[in-house]
Amino acid sequence: MREIQASQITQAVRDMCIEANYSLSPDMRQRFETAADQEESPLGKMIFGQLKENLDIAQQDQIPICQDTGMAVVFVNVGQEVHIDGDLTAAVNEGVRLGYEEGYLRKSVVRDPIERENTRDNTPAVLHTSLVPGDQVEITVAPKGFGSENMSRIFMLKPADGLEGVKQAILTAVRDAGPNACPPMVVGVGIGGTFEKCALMAKHALTRDVNESSPIPYVRELEQEMLNRINGLGIGPGGLGGAITALAVNIETYPTHIAGLPVAVNICCHVNRHAKRIL
Amino acid sequence: MEYHIQAPITKETAAMLKAGDYVYISGTIYTARDAAHKRMDETLDRGETLPLSLEGNVIYYMGPSPAREGRPIGSAGPTTASRMDKYTPRLLDLGLGAMIGKGKRSPEVVDAIIRNGAVYFAAIGGAGAILSKCIKDSQVIAYDDLGTEAIRRLEVEDFPAVVVIDSTGQNLYETELLKYRKE
Repeated sequence: MREIQASQITQAVRDMCIEANYSLSPDMRQRFETAADQEESPLGKMIFGQLKENLDIAQQDQIPICQDTGMAVVFVNVGQEVHIDGDLTAAVNEGVRLGYEEGYLRKSVVRDPIERENTRDNTPAVLHTSLVPGDQVEITVAPKGFGSENMSRIFMLKPADGLEGVKQAILTAVRDAGPNACPPMVVGVGIGGTFEKCALMAKHALTRDVNESSPIPYVRELEQEMLNRINGLGIGPGGLGGAITALAVNIETYPTHIAGLPVAVNICCHVNRHAKRIL
Repeated sequence: MEYHIQAPITKETAAMLKAGDYVYISGTIYTARDAAHKRMDETLDRGETLPLSLEGNVIYYMGPSPAREGRPIGSAGPTTASRMDKYTPRLLDLGLGAMIGKGKRSPEVVDAIIRNGAVYFAAIGGAGAILSKCIKDSQVIAYDDLGTEAIRRLEVEDFPAVVVIDSTGQNLYETELLKYRKE
């Protein structure tokens, strides 16, 4: 049994909350460059220029890329041969508390969805844990802004709707999101599983490197086709018209029930933040 | 067209601006988002006075991240305007001159914009770091207990925005995407 201290997890989560909010991962940054070149609209090109400058300023001045520094979504894969000395959930929340306080990040979480009193430290995180083989702990921190979260959708399609139904569901979600979701966006899609499983896959898909494609051939083709068709919607950077509405479409799939075809579309703005560490 | 305009905004300036114009706003503007709008609405329901005069003023839908030492404000980009739609027509009818946000507005808001000769600007969503450079001073003037959602008075200099809905109801979000639509 390998020992990992809860305090190591706290430290990692703290650091990743700050890192993810100050600088985008290299794959996202690179995608910005190529997409900016492909944009046809003059206003869209100008917005790309400002978004790139915004990334530079955030890094230089050590301030968040966007004022909505999100609700902290944390994926923790715990190796079965690891013993965590302490309370994992408390350790993650303490990391979020420290990161949001010491990193000058916005506190955007309310204690109760109806009473709406701000918790003032951005806790709690939304924590997803999985037990996996091995003796390591893999932590992904993905702060999620709500401009785009609010435009995300779940569709419980029928098996007869098939692949065409899935395509229409994705296009509907993106079309309805329009300028509200801060395009150019990254689109995470979950297909299959159950109601909650497809939503979780859609969220997890957003943490994937935007240069990677699905290992499943038809899903890889679907990702490419949907990226092209979403860009054909004309929404453009800032929703002000243009050829680039999405930077990537990442899709995950899972077996499902004979009676169903769940599809979740989790939309992320161009500030698609995620940081990963292995302890 | 490109214009440098002053806030508060005059009726003449609002009438001159057309959907698609690019503006640089200088002067005094106020922040308010979800919780502040709810409170202002409740204040009006009780027949009390608002903590700010609306006449010709510009409300920026924004809740900043905390300021580092020596700086007026943290990251400061627009939030989604449609969440304020429920409260907006009432504020426009009371003289609100313009709004800065991002995203679509309801038909009721568009009607109130036309009725009152107001204007809706979009700032670039997710560009909070660059926009913070245009904010020279920030003071909380009401609802301090709301934290980031408090009402702030901002002094801005050449704050960039696009006219999305003008005083005649022309809507850039609806017209511009048609030029690039292939789907």
